Amino acid sequence: MTENREPDRPIIEIAGLSKRYGPIAAVDSVDLTIRRGEFFALLGPSGCGKTTLLRMLAGLELPTEGTIRIDGQDVSMVPANRRPVNMVFQSYAVFPHMTVLENVAYGLKVDGVPKAEVRQRSEEALELVKLGGYGARRPDQLSGGQRQRVALARALVKRPKVLLLDEPLSALDAKLREQMRFELVNLQESVGITFVIVTHDQDEALSMADRIAVMNAGRVQQTAPPAELYEFPRTTFVADFIGSVNLIEGRVEASDPGRVTLSARAVPVPIEIEQDAGLPVGTTGWLALRPEKVDIAKQPPADAARNTVAGTVEEITYLGDASVFHVRVGADHPLVKVTIANVDRVTGRPFTWGDQVHLSWTPTCGTVLAQ
Amino acid sequence: MESWRRNPLVFWMVGLPPTAWLLLFFLLPLGLIWILSFAELRGLLDMEVTGTLDNYARALDPLYLQIFAKSFLFAAITTVVSLVFGFPVALAIVFAPPRWRALLLLLVILPFWTNLLIRTYALIAVLRTRGFVNFTLEWLWDQGNTVLALLGLGSYQLLGERFEPLELLYNNTAVVIGLVYVHLPFMVLPLYASLEKLDRSLIEAALDLGASQVRAMRTIVVPLALPGIVSGSILVFIPALGSFLTPDLLGGTDSQMIANVIERQFKSANDWPFGAALSFLLMYLTFAALALRALYGRRAARRGAA
Amino acid sequence: MAAPVGPLDYSRRLWVRLMLLVVFVFLYAPIATLIAFSFNDSRRNIVWQGFTLDYYGRAFRNADLIEAFANSLTIALFATAISVVLGALAAVLLWRFRFPARAGYEGAIALPIVIPEICMGVAMLVFFSRVGWPADLPWPFNLSAITIAHVSFCFPFVAVVVRARLEGFNRELAEAAQDLGATEWQVFRDVMIPFMRPGLLAGGMLAFTLSLDDFVITFFTSGPNTVTFPVKVYSMVRFSVTPEVNAASTILIVVTVVMTAAALWMQHRAGLKAEGAAG
Repeated sequence: MTENREPDRPIIEIAGLSKRYGPIAAVDSVDLTIRRGEFFALLGPSGCGKTTLLRMLAGLELPTEGTIRIDGQDVSMVPANRRPVNMVFQSYAVFPHMTVLENVAYGLKVDGVPKAEVRQRSEEALELVKLGGYGARRPDQLSGGQRQRVALARALVKRPKVLLLDEPLSALDAKLREQMRFELVNLQESVGITFVIVTHDQDEALSMADRIAVMNAGRVQQTAPPAELYEFPRTTFVADFIGSVNLIEGRVEASDPGRVTLSARAVPVPIEIEQDAGLPVGTTGWLALRPEKVDIAKQPPADAARNTVAGTVEEITYLGDASVFHVRVGADHPLVKVTIANVDRVTGRPFTWGDQVHLSWTPTCGTVLAQ
Repeated sequence: MESWRRNPLVFWMVGLPPTAWLLLFFLLPLGLIWILSFAELRGLLDMEVTGTLDNYARALDPLYLQIFAKSFLFAAITTVVSLVFGFPVALAIVFAPPRWRALLLLLVILPFWTNLLIRTYALIAVLRTRGFVNFTLEWLWDQGNTVLALLGLGSYQLLGERFEPLELLYNNTAVVIGLVYVHLPFMVLPLYASLEKLDRSLIEAALDLGASQVRAMRTIVVPLALPGIVSGSILVFIPALGSFLTPDLLGGTDSQMIANVIERQFKSANDWPFGAALSFLLMYLTFAALALRALYGRRAARRGAA
Repeated sequence: MAAPVGPLDYSRRLWVRLMLLVVFVFLYAPIATLIAFSFNDSRRNIVWQGFTLDYYGRAFRNADLIEAFANSLTIALFATAISVVLGALAAVLLWRFRFPARAGYEGAIALPIVIPEICMGVAMLVFFSRVGWPADLPWPFNLSAITIAHVSFCFPFVAVVVRARLEGFNRELAEAAQDLGATEWQVFRDVMIPFMRPGLLAGGMLAFTLSLDDFVITFFTSGPNTVTFPVKVYSMVRFSVTPEVNAASTILIVVTVVMTAAALWMQHRAGLKAEGAAG
């Protein structure tokens, strides 16, 4: 295809996009850009609006407000059948009354592509998803995983500018799901099409996507690469939704460039964290601390003037590769989780129920969040 | 399910009353007219069962053959018209907001509860020469003339010299209108049932792949709703084929259907054997339609299983 | 601003709405006109002249019409009672037992539902005249021929409805009752019948409406002294279209709609109660 496209221009630009059902906003003034050739994930709990957003990209829902541009063209009100995007549905939506080949050929046939080319391209698409030779089968003769491949081939055969995937792995069993993650990533690399995937599974998003937009209650909370989301969450929601986190509420006492000081009721000493984004002094702030980044010891740390708290081990969860210690640091404070990798075969636990322990963390480990 | 042998006493106590009734008051009467269809008339109400096939042969007379053909045609047109109107209605109900769905469905079923005779009678009042359709048309004609007069064209009599009411009653059109009026709900309900089961994402997938709405209807919705279309068509076609009241009340002299001919044999012409033969021919036609449907159902099931 | 019409919002598309409007006007305009003009103060039944209840008075003073209505109700009541018993038994038989020619039996039970009414009507006519069914019995036995004919086409409908209900029956309930020492009869009375009740109610309602509304089969089995309401209306319609017929029709429409609505409501309530008991 020869198009005068600007290579630096994002493939999808979303501005002020809202979808309201009566007074309820499923998607609430979302701004988002998705880069050409990216594997992009929309991640969030069920009902956060991620599927509605995806369906608006496909044209299956029309926005109440805002614009969607695909490759520079405003498609906000363009019907689904005239958009340069294709979708893999959560239920796969493989047409039950057609063979596998007919399913894959459908989109080309309705576009009026010559018959010989339809056949050739459909068979190529089936090869691409490793279903060569399955063309004559009927969908009810296929397994769930195979049906998904048909849905993939059917969407890819049209060479869309963007491939949309709505929870594509949710109907597969755990083993297959893991395998399909790799396959989807490889597929995306080989076809070079922008993939936008909707998922509620953080592992899925973290392991596949180049960038992730975390959504909650119709709004995008943060858009960032996986590592950045995990290490530098911008809201408590993101910190809590991605991985496991301890949130300790406190008051911002000082906010200097590169350093924030927090005082928390649960922690008797000041909390000092190195970070750029300053918070207004006197406001409420939350320390977000990953469980694997907390040190646990029977003795108080060398520097007992900051970033430490004492407590009692109340629960121990053995996870095989790691153990989680739940430590009580105050009567009305949630238990603090501390993860320790089980590097050696467990012969005896370093701590046991009721042990007095000291928790500590370095200033580069946590993040103080405003909301 | 248990074998009847395990509990013969209970089996007979449960089974005997309905079976006896069915045999005595349904199968026996049917058997009687079956035998009667092979009888010859001897005098006014005297019949002798001779095993003759004359009654069936007479039904092949062009006069009666034409009536069979006409009945078939009426029923077929009724089915097609019901489908054309019923499909969008069923589609609209399935895709209506949930709180509207029950109400719309109720509105479709409600006429079922109204007596067939009363509904047909109501149609007479609407369709006859001095009925409301013609009144509306006359009113429109008057208004049209007023407008023309205002435009200074009043003297040209562009709409004719005077209003000619449409002859809407006592002809073939009236019969078809009446049959559609009575049978439309039979079409909507099975269509609704099969469209309701349709996975919406299949239509969305078709649109997503570039199909127009019309194409998505033709290639996805209609093929997948086919069982409902077949059921609805059979449910309309069979009773329409055997209709008595509608052609009797709404039809003219040339819009008689099989049932009217049968009635005449029993009520006025007093040719019971011929009437019995016609009845059985009508029943065979009905069974043929049902068999066709069963055949289709089995094929669909086999395709589904394969 | 109104929400944009999504691709599957068929019910919000103009042409679909127009179609709905056309269909509902077509279905309801005749009935609405019929009811409206039963209150019209004009014999000619054409132009609105003013409100009157005159024709209702006339309909109520028309002894023939009242008798026909009483006959219809009597027949419907008897036919419903018998149909519910026979239909329930047939349903239990088909649900519970495996026996030779069971498929054939099922087909035979469904036969009265599928064969054209006219065929059943003439079969009944021939049957009652051949067996010499007495026509001059005292009330209510003078209605026996019509009642029998009605039962023959009503009870298969009841059987279908009750059978559908029984599909949801957990056979372990009956086995549990038996295990606790109940006899066949006690199981039937204490477990099966309560479970079947909504089906019996729905089936009975259906039978009652079918019987009350039937014209064709009754037309062939009624004599000059056993006229039902539809048959009477038929003869009135054949004569002329008068507001009196409109009034009588309106009464029947109201009776059936009110009764069906009541039955649906009762069924709904029974369903809620059953859910409440189960939950």
